[in-house]
Amino acid sequence: MELCYYPGCTLKTTAKNFELPAIASIEKLGHKMVELPRWNCCGTVHSLAADDLMHQLAPIRTLIRVSETGADKVVTLCAMCYNTLKQANKIILEDNEKRDRINNFLDEEKDYSGNVSVLHLLEFLRDEVGFEEIKKRVKRPLDDLKLSPYYGCLLLRPEGIGIDDIEAPRIMEDLIEALGGEAVDSPFKSECCGSYHTVDDIDPVIERTKMIIDDSNARGADAIVVGCPLCFYNLDYRQKDAKERYKEFNSIPIFYFTQILAIALGLDESTCAFGEHFVDPRPMLLNKNLVLSGWK
Amino acid sequence: MKRLGVFVCHCGLNISDTVDVKKVVETINKHPNVAYAVDYTYMCSDPGQEMIKSAIKEKKLDGVIVAACSPTLHEITFRNAIATAGLNPYQFENANIREQCSWVHKDKNTATEKAVEIIKSMIEKLKLNQSLTAINIPITKKALVIGGGISGMQAALDIANSGFEVILVEKTSSIGGRMSQLSETFPTLDCASCILTPKTVEVGHHPKIKLITYSEIEEVEGYLGNFKVKIKRKPAFVDWDKCTGCGLCSEKCPTNVPSEFDRNMGTRKAIYIPFPQAVPKKPVIDSKNCIYFKTGKCRLCEKQCPTDAIDYNQKETFIEENVGVIIVATGFDILSKENIGEYGYGKYKDVIDGLQFERLLSASGPTAGKIKRPSDGKIPEEVVFVQCVGSRDPEHGMPYCSKICCMYTAKHALLYKHAVHEGQAYVFYIDIRSGGKGYEEFVQRAIEDEEIVYLRGKVSKIFKDSGEDGKLIVWGVDTLTGKKIEISADMVVLAMAAVPNIGVKELAKKLKISTDAHGFITEAHPKLRPVETLTAGIFLTGCVQAPKDIPETVAQASGAAARAITILSKPELEMDPLISTVDEEICTGCGVCVEVCSYKARELNEIKKIAEVNEALCIGCGACISACPSNASIHKNFTKEQILRMIEEVT
Repeated sequence: MELCYYPGCTLKTTAKNFELPAIASIEKLGHKMVELPRWNCCGTVHSLAADDLMHQLAPIRTLIRVSETGADKVVTLCAMCYNTLKQANKIILEDNEKRDRINNFLDEEKDYSGNVSVLHLLEFLRDEVGFEEIKKRVKRPLDDLKLSPYYGCLLLRPEGIGIDDIEAPRIMEDLIEALGGEAVDSPFKSECCGSYHTVDDIDPVIERTKMIIDDSNARGADAIVVGCPLCFYNLDYRQKDAKERYKEFNSIPIFYFTQILAIALGLDESTCAFGEHFVDPRPMLLNKNLVLSGWK
Repeated sequence: MKRLGVFVCHCGLNISDTVDVKKVVETINKHPNVAYAVDYTYMCSDPGQEMIKSAIKEKKLDGVIVAACSPTLHEITFRNAIATAGLNPYQFENANIREQCSWVHKDKNTATEKAVEIIKSMIEKLKLNQSLTAINIPITKKALVIGGGISGMQAALDIANSGFEVILVEKTSSIGGRMSQLSETFPTLDCASCILTPKTVEVGHHPKIKLITYSEIEEVEGYLGNFKVKIKRKPAFVDWDKCTGCGLCSEKCPTNVPSEFDRNMGTRKAIYIPFPQAVPKKPVIDSKNCIYFKTGKCRLCEKQCPTDAIDYNQKETFIEENVGVIIVATGFDILSKENIGEYGYGKYKDVIDGLQFERLLSASGPTAGKIKRPSDGKIPEEVVFVQCVGSRDPEHGMPYCSKICCMYTAKHALLYKHAVHEGQAYVFYIDIRSGGKGYEEFVQRAIEDEEIVYLRGKVSKIFKDSGEDGKLIVWGVDTLTGKKIEISADMVVLAMAAVPNIGVKELAKKLKISTDAHGFITEAHPKLRPVETLTAGIFLTGCVQAPKDIPETVAQASGAAARAITILSKPELEMDPLISTVDEEICTGCGVCVEVCSYKARELNEIKKIAEVNEALCIGCGACISACPSNASIHKNFTKEQILRMIEEVT
C-alpha cells in the first residue's frame, strides 16, 4: 500500500535519523511511504495555543494537499504534527460554521470537508499492519532489552485526539513486545517532558528529564522509547545539563520507536545515526548483540 | 334546553389586560343557552367559588363554564365546587382564555373576540355532556417492597405496623443491604450493625411481612391497586425449611472464594451465609465455584448437614403475588475503581474504595477491625483519602454530588486516627458539604481534634514508588496555597461516586417507570412528589432515587410508606370516568383498538365478539377512538359529535 506521508520540519532536519529507519521499515513491511508534495508547516504549538482560525490555516492547507493527491489518510512520524493536523481536521468535521469560514478564506484552494484521516505511524503499525504481523517479520528480536515507553503529552491528549488510553496507554508496550523486547512500565510515561521550555527556560526541562530518567533507571530499563522528536530532544540532549547539575545522575539511551523497529526488522542501523544521539545507545546494543561490532 | 352559567375570570390582570372581560360577559349573555354570565377578579378564590355555587342554586343552572386558566390548574377545584352545590361535576367545562388567549395575544379586540369563540365552543361541548360518576376500583390491600436494605426494611415495617401485609423481595440471600457492610455511622459513631440488627430481626419475625430473599422481580402486570407480580426465586441448593443455619456446611466446605460482602478483601466458602447477622440466617451454594457443581464430586456439605437440607437439584421457582402498591428501594452501588485511570484503573491493591475501608474497620471484617493494608498486612502509617472520585466530574459521566462522601470520609479519617494514633491522615476535597444535624461539628472535630490534614484540591495521579517498600505516591494540588503536593502513602482510600445498583434499568422497564440520565429512578415531582414515580401506585425510597445518607433514607422510606398506606387504607379507588367506552351495537370485534392501546386497557370478549374497556387501566388518551374503523369507540364527554359541533362553532 502507498502511504501518504507528511514529514514536518523536524523529521527533515534534526530528526532525519528517525525518518530514514521509518521509511526503510515500512518498506520491509510491504508498504511504501510517499512524501506529500508541497507540504507546509503543521501549525505547531501556535495552532494548539491560539483560539482563532488563522492559526488553523497551516494544518488545513496541508490536509487539502493530502486530499489533492487522492489519499484519504495521511501518516506522520511526529507527535506534534499528528496532534495539530488531527485537531484541525476535527474542527472541520465538527463545526460547520468554522469550516465554512476557513473554506471561504482559503479561496484559492478547493473546499475541504474533513475527509482525510490523520494517523501517527504507531497507529498505522497497530491498526493497519498489526503487531502480530510485525512479530512474524522480526529478524533480530530485541531479547533481553528492557525498554521503557515514554509517550509525553501530544500522543495521548486530549481525549478523542490521542492514539490510546490517556492513563494506561499500551500501543508502544505492545510494539516493544512484538519486537521481542520487554516493556518496563513507568508512572511518568505520560508526564510532560518540558516541551518548548527547552528553548527559553531549560530549568524545568532538566528537572523533568531527571525525574523521568531516574524513574526508568530505578525500574531497571535499558533505554527509553519515544514517539515525539521534541520528547527525544529533551530526554536525550538535556541529559547533558542534568549530568552537569547532578553528579549522581545516570544517563540512559533514548530511542525513537522507528529505530528499534528497524533494528528488530534486521535493517542496517547506520540509518539511525546513533552517533548523533547525546547518549549513544550502541555500547548497550552491542552488549545485547543487537548491533554489529564494527561501528567503532 | 340546558341552562348554563358562564363565569369569566380576570385572573388579576393576566386575562383582563388583554381580554375585555366585561364585553365577553355582555356578548355571551346573548347566547340562547346562557342563563347567567358574570365576571370576577379571581374565580378560583373562595368568594369566586361561592359566586358559582349560589348562582347554581339561584339561577337554577344545570351546567357551568368557567372561562379562566388551563384545566390542568383548576378543573378539579371547579368540579368540586359545583358538586358541593349539587350539580354533577361533569356538567362543567373549563374554557381556557389565559394560556390559549390572553397570554399569547397583544391586540385586545382580537383577543376578546377569540375569548368569546372559545367559550362558545365549550358551550357546544357542555350541551352534550352527560352526568358521570367516578369509577370505583377495588384495592388489593397488600404492598410489595423491592429491596431489603435500610430503606426497604423501614418502608416494609411502617406498612406492616399499620396492619397491611407486605411482601419484601431481596436479591441477595439476606436483608440488611449496604448498611450491613458499614462499620460505624456518622456523626454519632453508632455501630451500624448494632442499630441495624433490631430492624432486620423485626422484619424477619414480623407476622405481616413475607420475606422472599435470594429472589428477583420477573414480571409486573396490572395497575394501581391491582398489580400482579411474578417473583423469581433463585435456587439456593439448600432447603431453607429444613436448614437450621448451624453453619456446619460452610465450616467443612473446602472452597475459598473472595467474599463479595467483604469487597473481595476476605474469603467466603462456596456454601455460605454472607455475614454473621444475616436474616434469614440460611446458606446458599454458589454453583459457579462449588466443586460438586464443577466436577460432580465432593458433596462434603451434604454429608455434614444434620438435617439433610442440601438439595443439589433445586431449580429456580416462581412465586405470584397480587399487591395494591409497590415500593422500589433497590439502593445504590459505588463506581468501580477500574473506571479511574489516573488512580491506576484498580491495579494497586492498596488503593481501596470507601466500602472496602468500611470492611477493614468492621469487627466482622477480613481483618477483624484492625486496619491493615491489603497488599502485605502492614498497618498503614500514612493514609490519603480522596473525595469526589467520579462524582462532580462530567469527564467520568457523573456530574452530580454523591452527597455521602464528605461525611463518611471524615468518619473514615477519624476512625483511622482512633485506631492508629501515630498515623497521619490526609483528605483531598473539592469543598466540604456537611449539611445535616451535627455534621459540620463532626467534620470540624476531625480536622481540629484529630489533626487530620484537609487539603483543598484534586489528586491528579497515584502511582507506585519504584522502591521496595510498596509506597504509593499521591500527586495532588493544594489550591489554597497554590502548591503541588506529593505524599508518599501506605494506603489510599477513594470515595467513589454512588451509582444506581445493577439491574435498576431492567427493573424500571418491568415496572414501566422512568430513570434519569444517570440511571436513578425519576420521582414524579422533584419537590412536591419526591417519593412517587410517574406510574400511579409505584413509590420509591432511598438511594435508588439519588444518593443520600441513612437518616434521609429512613425518613424517605417512612414517607413512601405513608403514601402507600394512603392508598391501601381506602375502601376503594375512585377513578376519573372520562375514559373510552364501546358501543356494543356497532363494534365488530376487529381488535384494532386492542393493538393500539398502550395501557393494555382493551381486550376482546371472545363470547360477545366485541372489544371491551378495562376501566381501571384506561386513561382516556383517545388512541382507540381514532383507530376504530367503525366509530364504535367513544370517549365519554368527548364524542365525535361534540368535537364537530365545537369546530363548527368557531369556524
